[in-house]
Amino acid sequence: MNRSVEFATGLFIFLGLLALFFLITQTTNIQAYGGDGYTVTARFTNVGSLKARAPVALAGVTIGRVENITVDPQRLDAVVTMTIDSRYDQLPLDSSAAILTSGLLGEKYVGIQPGADTESLAQGDEILFTQSAVVLENLISKYLFDSASGGEE
Amino acid sequence: MSLVRQFRDGAAEFFVAFGAAFLFLLRLLADTPRALARPGLIFRQVHVVGANSLVLIMMAGLFVGMVLGLQFYNTMAKFGAEQSLGPVVVLALVRELGPVVTALLFAGRAGTALASEIGLMKATEQLAGMEMMAVDPIRYVVVPRFLGAFIAMPLLTAIFNAIAILGAWFVAVQMMGLDGGQFWAPMPDNVDVYDDVLGGVLKSVFFGAAAGLLAVFEGYRAHPTAEGVSRATTRTVVITAMTVLVLDYMLTAMLI
Repeated sequence: MNRSVEFATGLFIFLGLLALFFLITQTTNIQAYGGDGYTVTARFTNVGSLKARAPVALAGVTIGRVENITVDPQRLDAVVTMTIDSRYDQLPLDSSAAILTSGLLGEKYVGIQPGADTESLAQGDEILFTQSAVVLENLISKYLFDSASGGEE
Repeated sequence: MSLVRQFRDGAAEFFVAFGAAFLFLLRLLADTPRALARPGLIFRQVHVVGANSLVLIMMAGLFVGMVLGLQFYNTMAKFGAEQSLGPVVVLALVRELGPVVTALLFAGRAGTALASEIGLMKATEQLAGMEMMAVDPIRYVVVPRFLGAFIAMPLLTAIFNAIAILGAWFVAVQMMGLDGGQFWAPMPDNVDVYDDVLGGVLKSVFFGAAAGLLAVFEGYRAHPTAEGVSRATTRTVVITAMTVLVLDYMLTAMLI
């Protein structure tokens, strides 16, 4: 093989791998994977449209991701497992979790409200204080029925 | 009556070709380990089918990306959704357009070259000559070309995607005045590494195998005449394009 053929082939393979690297690091959520973290769970009566890999935010800053969402067949509520970055290992044990929406029609995420306990959440702990997703239909129907019954009085 | 017979013969021809291509693939796979013992032959083919298609792929990617940027920007600006432009362009490219357009261009540029080269080798009795010298033409001629296409396709697709994203960025940010941060920032929230990017790479791996197989298959079974070679070349493009589009639907259905 002559030199220019080798050069062109090498350049081609290098460019291909460079392009793949660019795609993966610049345009995707690769940072959501990997990295050390600990998992905590939380129970919600309704998770709304929360999805796996949705962000977990503290004070608006993403500190982890939702790992998976399952239903507890005994207690009939949703169990959300979250991985929180090990840098944030000093969340008070009595912190609360709420399912919130970014923007009016945006994605659902889990917001953590820090508590005041001196002990911290650790691997496998459960967040006991939770607030479920607000379902718009329930809200509207509540408002409608309230105003209807108010009119009768 | 003759229409029925024509249809029947056509169907029979289709299944014969399908079966022959599948058996040919098994033969190539059986010879792959021994072909891998001579990587020089394979890398020469990576050069022939990959590096020589590079400029074409880059030009095509640039303009596909620029058109995407222009079209989506104008449409989305009407709804005030310009900030979704980046993720939309990336998803369209890595999931669908990148693998498919690259495979179609590849069939036109490299597939035809492979088919006509092997067809000509057959027409000029070079393949028969190799057999006379107890050199297996499948192992030394066909398998390295197949593997070269197989290796080159995912790399070409990645290059196509990257250049197209830069093309869309150029149009949206430099020409239409979208903020650069609005273009790049929403991407990580909406593009998944495994589902989107690696799903696209998986597609291009399948397309590489299909395009490579069909090109060498058509070349190898071409009639050893000038007309036969030209027919094999045409058939390579047509059949590869159809196969890639059908395969794309099936892969998409599986990946979603």
